[in-house]
Amino acid sequence: MSTSPRRTALDALHRSLGATMTDFAGWDMPLRYGSERDEHTAVRTRAGLFDLSHMGEITVTGAQAADLLDHALVGNIGGVGTGRARYTMICREDGGILDDLIVYRLQEQEYMVVANASNAQVVLDALTERAAGFDAEVRDDRDAYALIAVQGPESPGVLKSLTDADLDGLKYYAGLPGTVAGVPALIARTGYTGEDGFELFVAPEHAEQLWRALTEAGEGVGLIPCGLSCRDTLRLEAGMPLYGHELTTALTPFDAGLGRVVKFEKTGDFVGRAALEEAAARAETAPPRKLVGLVAEGRRVPRAGMAVVAGGRVVGEVTSGAPSPTLGKPIAMAYVDAEHAAPGTPGVGVDIRGTHEPYEVVALPFYKRRK
Amino acid sequence: MSNPQQLRYSKEHEWLSPAEDGVATVGITEHAANALGDVVYVQLPEVGTTVTAGETCGELESTKSVSDLYSPVTGEVVEANQAVVDDPSLVNSSPFQDGWLFTVRVSQEPEDLLSADEYTEFAG
Repeated sequence: MSTSPRRTALDALHRSLGATMTDFAGWDMPLRYGSERDEHTAVRTRAGLFDLSHMGEITVTGAQAADLLDHALVGNIGGVGTGRARYTMICREDGGILDDLIVYRLQEQEYMVVANASNAQVVLDALTERAAGFDAEVRDDRDAYALIAVQGPESPGVLKSLTDADLDGLKYYAGLPGTVAGVPALIARTGYTGEDGFELFVAPEHAEQLWRALTEAGEGVGLIPCGLSCRDTLRLEAGMPLYGHELTTALTPFDAGLGRVVKFEKTGDFVGRAALEEAAARAETAPPRKLVGLVAEGRRVPRAGMAVVAGGRVVGEVTSGAPSPTLGKPIAMAYVDAEHAAPGTPGVGVDIRGTHEPYEVVALPFYKRRK
Repeated sequence: MSNPQQLRYSKEHEWLSPAEDGVATVGITEHAANALGDVVYVQLPEVGTTVTAGETCGELESTKSVSDLYSPVTGEVVEANQAVVDDPSLVNSSPFQDGWLFTVRVSQEPEDLLSADEYTEFAG
């Protein structure tokens, strides 16, 4: 079945700004407006504005909403306070990762689950199926929200000029309902760039008004519109995994080095518990390939799927790679055999179209902002 | 964007200057540079090697992808632009001037190179 890509509420605006568009997970999204390197730098040093309306929102309500999510997801969702958010995952019975998620507790009995665009239907189907027997409702709210992110060190100032909401009291991974530029919004202090920033969930019909207001408010501090291309290099520098690259159904959270999101201590059974307990034990005794960072000594860029090599042998695989604007060198994330995974391990390279280019193994992340 | 009239163009989006003493300059067009995005790595053919019209002779790497560089003519490489190797962003900022890629002593030129107007229409 072939369908034309979906367009966000801001589509016409992106085109008027001269955006280069790309098909991403069935959506026609801005890849970049001008230079992706300039957009990357704007987010690191000033502020950037993103349309992330392709993300999939699912609302879970009801007396047993918390119980359902504790059963369906690997995290301790009942323990999330109202107004707070949690990074978590949804796994299969065999422990394989279906998606990574951010779950916002909007009210005592209301959660918003935000899934990756590419997995939104899978997550919706899994939650609906897992809701059987729970006094809870799973609602597809993908069309109910546009999502605009403002990210970067200047983003609090930009947003403050448009809202009375208590942004200073809004911690990282918290969300509160408010009004921004006259538009009702869920204001969340979350992001995928490694910088301070906000994600604003609004009704699609309000998206353009909000975008224009943020653009205007940010003019004086160098805020610019940013596309998915720089979002990828920003998250890569910050060592954040991307589903389909670092996370797949073939891996458990423990394989991905993210076992900390699995909360065995929570009460009750959850989907994947038995398999994940085995995966946790396996990770202790026989470590699987480890997710590491690689920094190029040369200038050729590693790409997903390329082999990591050492001593003429394949010892791993690149999952994401790009030229890093902040480091000025190509970087990559890769799964590498444990004996080659320690930072500084000599003799590691990446096979780039037949040539073994030398790479330094480093700990993740590549970039951490100063707080 | 405008494609200089004095150049000729390949359908792989390279441009070729008029030869002076048999030596012509090769680069990629502004259209190609825009499509690639920020160029971060350029691999050029080595001086003294022979490049063949329509065949790959190097690569251009951008944030998102790597693309083959095709030679628009057949001949021997006379000079490679070291400035563009050191600063690949020249391909984006000045594709028809400072961002030139290499010069070649032309031994054979294909007949199907495009004029500026033809290329402008081809590139859309």
